[in-house]
Amino acid sequence: MVPDFEGAMTSPYPIAAIAGILIMVLSLAALLIWVERRLLALWQDRYGPNRVGPFGLLQVVADMIKIFAKEDWLPPFADKAVFIIAPAIIMVTVLLSFAVVPFSPGIIVVDLNIALLFFLGMSSLGVYSIVLAGWASDSKYSLLGGLRAAAQMISYEVFMSLSLMGVVLLAGSFRLSAIVEAQKRLWFIVPQFLGFVLFLIAGVAEARRSPFDLPEAEAELVAGFHSEYSGMKFGMFFVGEYLGVILISSMITVLFFGGWLGPWLPPIVWFLIKMFAFICFFILLRASLPRLRFDQLMSWGWKVMLPLALLNLIVTGAVVVAWR
Amino acid sequence: MWSLIKTIWNVFLHSFHKRVTIQYPEEKPYMAPRSRARIILSRDPDGGERCVACYLCAIACPVDCIALQATEDKDERRYPEFFRINFSRCIFCGYCEEACPTYAIQLTPDFEMAEYNRQNLVYEKEDLLIDGPGKYPGYNYWRVAGARIAGKDKGEAENEAPPVDLRGLMP
Repeated sequence: MVPDFEGAMTSPYPIAAIAGILIMVLSLAALLIWVERRLLALWQDRYGPNRVGPFGLLQVVADMIKIFAKEDWLPPFADKAVFIIAPAIIMVTVLLSFAVVPFSPGIIVVDLNIALLFFLGMSSLGVYSIVLAGWASDSKYSLLGGLRAAAQMISYEVFMSLSLMGVVLLAGSFRLSAIVEAQKRLWFIVPQFLGFVLFLIAGVAEARRSPFDLPEAEAELVAGFHSEYSGMKFGMFFVGEYLGVILISSMITVLFFGGWLGPWLPPIVWFLIKMFAFICFFILLRASLPRLRFDQLMSWGWKVMLPLALLNLIVTGAVVVAWR
Repeated sequence: MWSLIKTIWNVFLHSFHKRVTIQYPEEKPYMAPRSRARIILSRDPDGGERCVACYLCAIACPVDCIALQATEDKDERRYPEFFRINFSRCIFCGYCEEACPTYAIQLTPDFEMAEYNRQNLVYEKEDLLIDGPGKYPGYNYWRVAGARIAGKDKGEAENEAPPVDLRGLMP
């Protein structure tokens, strides 16, 4: 049997879908710099950037002009080829993951039947960017950041995928549009609450956001894996991080909050509302929680999260089997 | 775990708090009356210069930003011929104000003295002198000091006893 690569949901105009999603996601990632600074300021009783343009919105443009005009410095001691390719990897892997995200019916690049596995694989590949950047920089801080990234990913990747298997069992498919359709009567947050909490924590770790921003850890490691980066290469890591936040937020929306499903408003609006709520939650986490210690992170992942994810999988499996 | 959730919730509640930032150029901050910024030279209530050019401020200044030259007028009162403060050096420590024996040099709450040209930060005496007595309204150094000037001999100042005749035999 020929594997069904093109599902029912795939956009009839793939080029338009690719261009549209690419532009939307990239401009959203740039905008997130402003959103994050304003929200952090709000929660710290400040204003944040509010001078450049209306509400400071043009701050993003100013930042972009600045970062493009910066000197793009290649350290003489760095492993040049790897150093250059590392920031590209994170952008490529995250942007590829967006190919399978069903924003709404018709607004999806390709409706793979293994979309969830594709997403997990791509987010795992993303760690190569961090590890290689840390290695190629040939500096202590970068290397430590890269090491931490590797250890963190190994600890968190495992229960991240396991926490999603409950959703797959309930929906009976790896296809993301099918998972959304399966939530027509009840969002998976209700039957899979434990899975949601586990995926949320793993997602924060996956996006390397505070309190799991150990590879960066500006308090101890200068800037961790990207200490030696400058100019637009640093900008790529930055945009990659924000793209990761958007990606994890969209995945939470798709897997647990019914994706585009919702009354009255158009589907894409519902999707964006839910996604934006989770982006704000990510920023709220950064505003409130201190960074974990390295050993805490590892033992938390292996000793607490992994058994819980397994338990969740077993119980969900048993319930699904008993139901049928 | 519970404390983590409580922390997140408490931080979220800050969305509804008042912001503490003062939107500076549109909204002026409250400056305490004794805050230390632009330096001025004050005059006594009669309108004369208070500064007696004793150089104590210039000596006290840790960054040597005060330059002056003492001279005497026709009433034998000392005053500065020129008095120059280089505000590109000044650190607004207020030591000059503390050192001043006549309350002449004072720091004011006005801090808006930015310039495009560095040379414009050098203030001469006419830039520094103000018309009023500053923080000490009633004080007139020459009227209370024991020093002799034209028109006021020793012992004629306010609350000053006549000078003791050192060669006299009476107790």
